Amino acid sequence: MLKIEAILQPSKLDAVKDALLEAGIEGMTILEARGHGRQKGHTEFYRGREYTVDLLPKVKIEVVVIDNLKERVIQAIIGAARTGRIGDGKIFVSKVDEAIRIRNDERGEAAL
Amino acid sequence: MSCRRSTLFLLPVLASVPAMVLAQSPASAPATQAQIEALQTAVQNAQSAGDNAWMLVSAALVLLMTGPGLALFYGGLVRRKNMLGTMMQSFAMMGLVTILWPIVGYSLAFGHGNAFVGGFEHVFLHGVGLTPNKDYGATIPEQTYMIYQLMFAIITPALITGAFAERVKFSGMAVFLSLWSLAVYCPMAHMVWGVGGLLNSTGGKFPSFDFAGGTVVHVTSGVSALVTALYLGKRAGYPKVPMPPHSLTLSFIGACLLWVGWFGFNAGSAVAASALATSAFVNTHFATAAAALGWTVTEWIRNGKPTALGAISGAVAGLVAITPASGFVQPMAALLIGLLAGIVCALMVSMVKMRFGYDDSLDAFGVHGAGGTLGALLTGIFATSLINPVYGSDTSGKLIPTGVIDGHWGQMVNQIAGIAIAWGLSIVGTLILLFVVDKIVGLRLRPEDEAAGMDLSQHGEEAYDLNT
Repeated sequence: MLKIEAILQPSKLDAVKDALLEAGIEGMTILEARGHGRQKGHTEFYRGREYTVDLLPKVKIEVVVIDNLKERVIQAIIGAARTGRIGDGKIFVSKVDEAIRIRNDERGEAAL
Repeated sequence: MSCRRSTLFLLPVLASVPAMVLAQSPASAPATQAQIEALQTAVQNAQSAGDNAWMLVSAALVLLMTGPGLALFYGGLVRRKNMLGTMMQSFAMMGLVTILWPIVGYSLAFGHGNAFVGGFEHVFLHGVGLTPNKDYGATIPEQTYMIYQLMFAIITPALITGAFAERVKFSGMAVFLSLWSLAVYCPMAHMVWGVGGLLNSTGGKFPSFDFAGGTVVHVTSGVSALVTALYLGKRAGYPKVPMPPHSLTLSFIGACLLWVGWFGFNAGSAVAASALATSAFVNTHFATAAAALGWTVTEWIRNGKPTALGAISGAVAGLVAITPASGFVQPMAALLIGLLAGIVCALMVSMVKMRFGYDDSLDAFGVHGAGGTLGALLTGIFATSLINPVYGSDTSGKLIPTGVIDGHWGQMVNQIAGIAIAWGLSIVGTLILLFVVDKIVGLRLRPEDEAAGMDLSQHGEEAYDLNT
């Protein structure tokens, strides 16, 4: 099992969500987040005073999938979220040891 | 606040009364003295009803400026942790000044007293009843005038809170501003508007034009704001730590409420539902729009973008600057006054504040002090007897010139006298009060309280519960 985490521009959330559903992913977790990568921040002006905002609003999607869905999920996310500009986000993939469905104690891939 | 009202207005009505009586009288007998008097009374009652209706509405409009107008405008500009504390500062003035006003404030401002301050003849509203006081609005109950003036006394100290936002103890603020309203506002209001006042436009030693409070309200609050900002020092972290407004949406609503409420402030200052009120209403609206334009364009050129905060700040600057002029100038002059105010105040809060490095957090001085001073000067230039013949007419019936545009250069001396007295009284009075209150109650928040924010440290609550 793999956990795929993607940090996205908030405006791309709906498109990515739809693409994942189309790719057959049934569950996901979405977190509102703040952060920056190479994009750094932007500047804002209030009454002539310049402010640098370095932590930008982002969303983070987490899905846990069986191993052979990895590329499909990654491609779905890239396809929906890429604009080609700095700030499009990142995807991280990591191994998951165990999954448990709280309702009936199902274990492993059956719990996904 | 010009209490003059054109009685000429009534002449055609009165002249037609006997004719009406004749026409209605079946025996076509000449109208008796009693009938004429009854009709005169009826006409006066009708006028009084109209004036009183407008003045009561105006009083409510001016209260709307403080709460929620100013509370939202200032509240949106502070950080989230200080929202309730900032709004409470305005609301506290709605409560505290209201209580002080009938007890002694109204008397200190509008009692006879001397040239500098009113006496104690009206303490506990003694003699302030439901009949008119000929000195202050001959057609409305004196209590209407009293409650209308109270709303000005409320908003003036509330304006100061913009300078010491985010770092003042609630207790110290409440005591300081309550005393300030009695020691600075009341004498200034008396000098400009009170009978026998030094700067009163009808009969003062330096007849200064201040229709609705450019010096009385905005110069006093703006200059006092600068003094408090300097006395209290900067917010912890200023200017290194970014302190952007937490909700310009709320500030936007507040500014628009200020704009609407200001019609009561300026047009109501005619103290009658008169043509002069219309003039002040039109001028107020024109100057506000022009100032919003002036600030926006200035900012657009300097920073590359027209901001929402710039537009609403400009509108407030225009409202401030037109306040002394609103009942003295013509509409095209109002446009010009507004435009200049927008540009000057935009430069004040960006260039001047940064150069000197003081932390006038919400620009109470940059907008009210600078805008009020500019407005008071421009009033002397653009005042014309065509709008408000405040100096009356000479023996040949010609109107006596009022402002520079009429050819009366001497008016600038009177305007500068008014401005200088407002600055001097504000600086001295505020410094003394700050010193005393700081020693007895304390003014500055403890560093840990300032870090936690006024909402939690002063009031034990939060403006936004983001967990429910």
